[in-house]
Amino acid sequence: MSDHHPLDEQIRGVLAAHGRLGQDARQIGVDTDLYQAGMTSHASVNVMLALEGEFDIEFPDHMLKRNVFNSIRSIRSALSELVPA
Amino acid sequence: MPMTTFDDALLHGGRLRVGIDVVQISRIAQSLERFGDRFMHRLFTPREIAYAQQGTGLAAERLAARFAAKEAALKAFDLGNEGVDWRDIEVRKLAGGACRLELHGKAAALAAERGAGEIALSLSHDGDYATAVVTALRPEHS
Repeated sequence: MSDHHPLDEQIRGVLAAHGRLGQDARQIGVDTDLYQAGMTSHASVNVMLALEGEFDIEFPDHMLKRNVFNSIRSIRSALSELVPA
Repeated sequence: MPMTTFDDALLHGGRLRVGIDVVQISRIAQSLERFGDRFMHRLFTPREIAYAQQGTGLAAERLAARFAAKEAALKAFDLGNEGVDWRDIEVRKLAGGACRLELHGKAAALAAERGAGEIALSLSHDGDYATAVVTALRPEHS
C-alpha cells in the first residue's frame, strides 16, 4: 500500500503551521502519533480549524475525536470522507 | 464471568474520576486572532462567550480557563474518542462567583452512563497559564 496520498502535502503544511510538533511535519511518518510528537489538544483544535479553512469543509461532531487527529493517515482518512473527490 | 482487564478496572472500577488540563493563554489569544469567531463559536457556548467578553482584556484568560475545563472533563469522563461537541461541556459562572460544570447532550448522557454523580470543577490562572481540574464521584449504590 502506497504511503503517499495527494492530500498529504496539504495536511503536512497545516501540521507545520499549527501542530506545534517537536519535529518537522514534512518529514514525519504517516502513522507517527502526533500527540506523542508534541501536539497539544489546543493545537489539535487549531489543526482542525486550519484544515477546515484549507479544504472548505466542516468536521461534523462525530469526527471531533482524538483518534481522528492522531496521525497523518487518520486525518487523511477523515478528509477523504469530507472532501469532494 | 466477563473478563475485566487491568485497564478496565482502573478506568471504570473506582468511584472517583479526575481530569486536569493546562493551557497557555497567549496561544488561545493567537487562535482568536487567527481563526476569530470560528474558534470562539466552535468551542464555547453563548453564555461562556458573553462572560469572557465582559471586562476588558480578559477574554483570552477566561476562554483559556474554560478550554482547560472542557479538556479536563473529556479526560475525567474518558470522552476524547466519543465525538463530543465542546459546547456540550459548559462552565457556568454562579452569582456568587463560583464556577460549575454543566453537561449537555452526548457529554451528559455518557458521563451519566459512566457514573458521574457529583461533579466538581476548579479553575485557576496565573501569568500566561490557565488550568482546570474536574472531579466526579459516583454515588455509592449505582
